[in-house]
Amino acid sequence: MFDWKWDFTIEILPRLLDATVNTLIAAGLGYLIALIVGLIFALAQRTPLRSVTFIVRELVEFVRSTPLVLQIFFVFYVGPQIGIRLSPWTAGMIAIGLHYASYLSEVYRAGLDSVPKGQWEACSALNLSVRRTYAKIIIPQAIPAVIPGFGNYLIGIFKDTPLLSVIGVMELFQAANSIGAETYRFLEPYTLVGLIFLVISLPTAMFIRRFEDWVRGALGMKKLYAKD
Amino acid sequence: MLTYFEFIQEYFPALLKGTVVTLEQTALGILVAVLVAVTMASMKMAPFFAIRWFGIAYIEVFRGTSLLVQMYWIFFVLPLFGITLEKFTAGFLAVGLNLGAYGAELVRGGIQAVPRGQYEAAVALGFSPFTRMRRIIFPQALLKMLPPWGNLLIELLKATALVALISVTDLMFMSKQINSTTFMSAQAFGTALIIYYIIARLIVTPGMRGLENRLARKLSIG
Repeated sequence: MFDWKWDFTIEILPRLLDATVNTLIAAGLGYLIALIVGLIFALAQRTPLRSVTFIVRELVEFVRSTPLVLQIFFVFYVGPQIGIRLSPWTAGMIAIGLHYASYLSEVYRAGLDSVPKGQWEACSALNLSVRRTYAKIIIPQAIPAVIPGFGNYLIGIFKDTPLLSVIGVMELFQAANSIGAETYRFLEPYTLVGLIFLVISLPTAMFIRRFEDWVRGALGMKKLYAKD
Repeated sequence: MLTYFEFIQEYFPALLKGTVVTLEQTALGILVAVLVAVTMASMKMAPFFAIRWFGIAYIEVFRGTSLLVQMYWIFFVLPLFGITLEKFTAGFLAVGLNLGAYGAELVRGGIQAVPRGQYEAAVALGFSPFTRMRRIIFPQALLKMLPPWGNLLIELLKATALVALISVTDLMFMSKQINSTTFMSAQAFGTALIIYYIIARLIVTPGMRGLENRLARKLSIG
């Protein structure tokens, strides 16, 4: 029955917190890859080349409709088959980065599409260069529309890092698994892992809402959550 | 080394068996998720603080932690409290409880998106609160929330792949097993990826679109 052991909790906490650092690194690194590759995916779908648009569109759809855990296995095991040995970390970062890149490419796309057509027309009427059109007119107006999406996927990638444990990346969940295997105690490690996730993701969500309001305020737009 | 065609001939029955389990997990997971979503959304909109608080806490806890952690908790920790679930049950229950928390926010958003005038008209016409919800508000809310539910169901389908980690013999589990006996990773995992894609694109997405059209016709809009 219920027997929570506090001394055991204190004993394993440092180990779990150490692993939390790895989890944060994995989430951060994966997100960085996703931000860059996602932008490439989004821009590739705006090129006049029909075939490129089509291929990238289908790739994004495919990655979005299939399970991340299977993709992680795929990258990790198919590499050696074709002669590329990937470490668990590398394979994990590639899989999770590409998975979230396809989600983020949709956010980029929605953001650019959210800017009214008249803005583009005004830019060409004023004869602004492509660079100035994007940098001064389009992107600043697209930012408030993309912050919630980017924020949600940042938290999403953080919560998906436990999947990296399936190929042996030593992150928070894997640390809990090892503790469970060594001590046959599961209550404390898994509960602590849940609490650590909660303690990180809830404030992050709040911070993202604040940040969105701050950006909207800075751009002279109406705040959304000011009364919270 | 087998050719891909021989590989399929040899292992298709096993993959098919896994696919059936995945579909079962998905269907039961959807059932749990819908029940949880409606219950928690109603609780979050309830007039009593304690009930509202429970709804909020549920949604935040299940959305704030990982599905994998929740699944392990249900499967490995709940038995310590005297609740032992079979792995199959623990699997779809975890998936449904988790995705249901996301669904609750969709339900709440859909209901709040129905224009106030509709409430007022229903009140003016003397409908009871229950009839007002059943005949006026909910059908309109449902139409608004079906498209995001389509996305959520694809997330749910993908999420069921995690049940393989507590040894439910679903598609993911089968492909892993085939991989460990044949070492034909690209074939084993690649085929499984394609099957998941086919289920998502050829069953879930068109199914939801059909549902949307039927409901729209019933409400005689669009």
